[in-house]
Amino acid sequence: MTIGIKRRALLAGASALTLTAMTSAAFAADPIKFGVVAHLTGPLAGGEAVTHTPNIELWAAQVNARGGLKVDGGMRPVEVITYDDKTDPSEHIKAVQRLATQDKVDFMFSPYGTGFNIAAAPIYAKYDFPLVAVSAITDQQEELSKRFPNMFFTLGTTTGFVEGALDALTTLREAGSIGNTVAMVNVADAFGIELADKARPMFKEAGFEIVYDKSYPLGTPDLSPVVKGAKAAEPDAFVAWSYPPDTFALTEQAIIEDLQVNAFYTAVATAFPAFSGKFGSKIEGNLGAGGINPDTPAMQDYRAAHLEITGGEADYWASATYYASLQILEQAIEGVGTIDREATVAYIADNSFDTVIGEVSFDEQNNSMRFWSVGQWIDGVFHAVADTGMGDSVAPVAKDGWN
Amino acid sequence: MKPAELRNLGIGAVLVALAAIFPLVNDGYWLSIATTAMMYIALSTSWSLFSGPTHLIALSTAAFFGIGGYLVGTGMSDYDTSFWSMAILAPLVATAVALLIGLATLRLSGVYFVIFTLGLAEMIRNLVSWVQNNFLGSRGLYVLTDFTEAHIYWMLLGVSVVVFLFGWWINRSRLGFALKIIGNDEEVARHVGINTAWSKVILFMSTGFFAALIGAIVAPRYSYIEPNVVFSPQLSFLVVIMALLGGTHRLWGPLVGVIPFTLAWEAISVSFPNSTTLFLGLSFLIIVYVLPDGFTGLLEKFTRRAAK
Amino acid sequence: MDILLSGLLLSGTYALIAMGLNLQYGVARIMNLANGEMLVLGGLAAFWMYTAAALSPLLTALIAAPLAFSGNWLLYRYLLLPLVRRAKTQGQLEVDSILATFGMSFALVGIMVSIHGEYFTYSYLAEPFKILGQTVALNRLVAFIVAIGIGGGLYYWLTHTYQGTAVRAVSVSTEAAGLVGINVERVSAFAFALGGAVTAVGGTLISTFITLEASVGVIFTMKALIIIIMGGVGDIRGAIVAAVILGLVETTVASVIDPGLTLVAAYVIFLAILLFRPQGLFGRRA
Repeated sequence: MTIGIKRRALLAGASALTLTAMTSAAFAADPIKFGVVAHLTGPLAGGEAVTHTPNIELWAAQVNARGGLKVDGGMRPVEVITYDDKTDPSEHIKAVQRLATQDKVDFMFSPYGTGFNIAAAPIYAKYDFPLVAVSAITDQQEELSKRFPNMFFTLGTTTGFVEGALDALTTLREAGSIGNTVAMVNVADAFGIELADKARPMFKEAGFEIVYDKSYPLGTPDLSPVVKGAKAAEPDAFVAWSYPPDTFALTEQAIIEDLQVNAFYTAVATAFPAFSGKFGSKIEGNLGAGGINPDTPAMQDYRAAHLEITGGEADYWASATYYASLQILEQAIEGVGTIDREATVAYIADNSFDTVIGEVSFDEQNNSMRFWSVGQWIDGVFHAVADTGMGDSVAPVAKDGWN
Repeated sequence: MKPAELRNLGIGAVLVALAAIFPLVNDGYWLSIATTAMMYIALSTSWSLFSGPTHLIALSTAAFFGIGGYLVGTGMSDYDTSFWSMAILAPLVATAVALLIGLATLRLSGVYFVIFTLGLAEMIRNLVSWVQNNFLGSRGLYVLTDFTEAHIYWMLLGVSVVVFLFGWWINRSRLGFALKIIGNDEEVARHVGINTAWSKVILFMSTGFFAALIGAIVAPRYSYIEPNVVFSPQLSFLVVIMALLGGTHRLWGPLVGVIPFTLAWEAISVSFPNSTTLFLGLSFLIIVYVLPDGFTGLLEKFTRRAAK
Repeated sequence: MDILLSGLLLSGTYALIAMGLNLQYGVARIMNLANGEMLVLGGLAAFWMYTAAALSPLLTALIAAPLAFSGNWLLYRYLLLPLVRRAKTQGQLEVDSILATFGMSFALVGIMVSIHGEYFTYSYLAEPFKILGQTVALNRLVAFIVAIGIGGGLYYWLTHTYQGTAVRAVSVSTEAAGLVGINVERVSAFAFALGGAVTAVGGTLISTFITLEASVGVIFTMKALIIIIMGGVGDIRGAIVAAVILGLVETTVASVIDPGLTLVAAYVIFLAILLFRPQGLFGRRA
């Protein structure tokens, strides 16, 4: 390959990379370059496409529509460079390096998935990029923030996640909607195992009896034996620490088996608009990971803009938080007033930010202790019914059959 | 030792020395490419130590690689062991597993062997997840160390050198001779008194050993281990693809497969960021049609032409 | 009884996954690693037609079959036949077809992602259906019935028609088939195309009860490979029997022992069968 061809390929690439169009030719200023390594293909592509990508598109369009970011006393538009890592950590690391040192982007957005955030963290740290992580739920904030002072956490802790589910169940029990027995299943993969492990002692301590406790492998083609087994145990509540495809499959099987429980919880993807799109009114009262407060003006504006600009509805969980992470970055950059990454990291650590999910600030361990953890489908909207530090959740109600 | 061999050893030593100082030249982008390439060089070369001479395509790389990454992850995060003790233990476990597999697959040939190893890798992945879920529990498999990318690169380079020396030694030894005969005609090999079974099993064990060692070394690079990722069947396929692209009838075949492959992958990622996968697929097709004998074939053609 | 029923339904799914590849590998001798993507493509078509035009996946299957047939025929004719002609040995063809179809699988994933990058979620016949006193999912039952139809049809066609006999002859030996005047290339192309069509139809049906997405194909390819190898290459009965065994074993283990062990059990059975019959259940000794 000659240099000439290579250069041309690079140029062609650079123009194809540009996700956003500048809205007005009046801006002669150099754009501020943002980079992101996304899972456009591979096992995590489905989640990324719902929760991350549309928000980046939305945010860039909005920022450019108002003239860009205010830095160095003027306005500079933003430009986003995206690479595909095929959901492969080696590729991810390479692509993050490429953004940092070849494209020389000014800032980077966070990747999708706990593993990818942590795998990329050393590179972000090396070049002083702030890493406002969203889809990285962990209990290791203490150690991680010590190693990577530039890394911030927004979507909560593993413990908070399980506590939320427990809160919702306890409230329902106090209201007399459910009794003490719980059927618990989990996908036998990293996150599912971790959550089930955490939940067992916590549920027990809260006086719940786990009457069915099984895992199923990732990619199980038929989950009907799991739902049948759970049904035979006659539980009052059903909890599944599940991934998207099994969230859909377990819910469908529960409808077919007519699993009569007054609390039915599934984890990842319950908050997807596609979830209610698939099941319609049948999932009225279903509980799941996430939830939002749909009643604040900021959230309503955000959801309307998301629908208008990306053509799709935002999900009812991490979408808003991911958008908030972009707002945090935006406000920190403008707060610093120059493209100074180190100063931006310090600014994020020291300030609080007004975002679509409300005010966000970070504690000693770079953790935002304000997040919704459980949502419930009520009239086609996934309301938060349990949270940590938010305080605006509504009370969960008993599920009344699959109609 | 013949002069040609001495010359090859000399070239090898110079290449290794150049590779070793590479992180001092660039410790960012190019090092991250080199580290990924080095991982695949070590994996594909050790893979073809067995699959080259026997013509048996093994799709079990991910099983061993996964054992390496997984043991390091679970040891460090749930049992507070050191990285080094797990990095030593993992290859030994994998070697034992490979011994069992090697013995079990002796009767299998052709595509039955290929798919057996694939099924086995999947079985191990599911078994490991089940055991962790029901008996070990987990707080998340974090592998947080102070290794930099350069450290991991040097370790992988070290493993690659050992793999090459091992391969070179095998080619000169009675074992290598035995394997070549097995590959050509197993019946003949048996008649001339070669223990075909053990020759195969030993080589397969070495493949397992190296893949697990590499998995263990790469674990700190990934930082957080998900069974789904380290046992990914995609890895097994990629290792086979790269080795086949290079050609497996020479020790350095996989090497000349991995390097252009990695660079092409990089060029495609840069040029078509929104449809990387599509263009990667198309480039595979082109390579198959344009280079029927892999990159080794291409290089050999050139050297022959140059010799004329 | 419940286990038997659920197990059989799952077997139907597995048969749909594997029958197509069985034709492609057994007759046309192409180890098609893009087979799973063909299945997902069928699922994408069903999803797309259902959400855009409210068309029943069963109708989509009817439309998808001839399209997939012609598409796969073109693939074989223009991309794979040159490799077949070039290959001096079966081993070399295997290597070339692995490389080429691996490339195709990437290309297909890339194309599908650009059409729809999210999960293919929709609901079709996700209703309980009472049969023999048991509740089953209607969409799974429909898929099972279609699987029986396709399996039975293929079996009849292979054993009772002239063309089917030619196909079987090619699957036994390309050389011998050529000697008795069978146009091996044409028969192979036909078998490959038919296999692709069966797989795509399977995909349209499977998408009604398994949530697919563009990148998930490799999982189906692996399952299909395991089933056809377990059954023995080139025999449609083998694939069907293997599918039934896997379905029953998985459901029994999930119901009686532990759902966490379903896939482990399936692979253990597969490995055990190969250990005792290295050529698969219905395979011929090489």
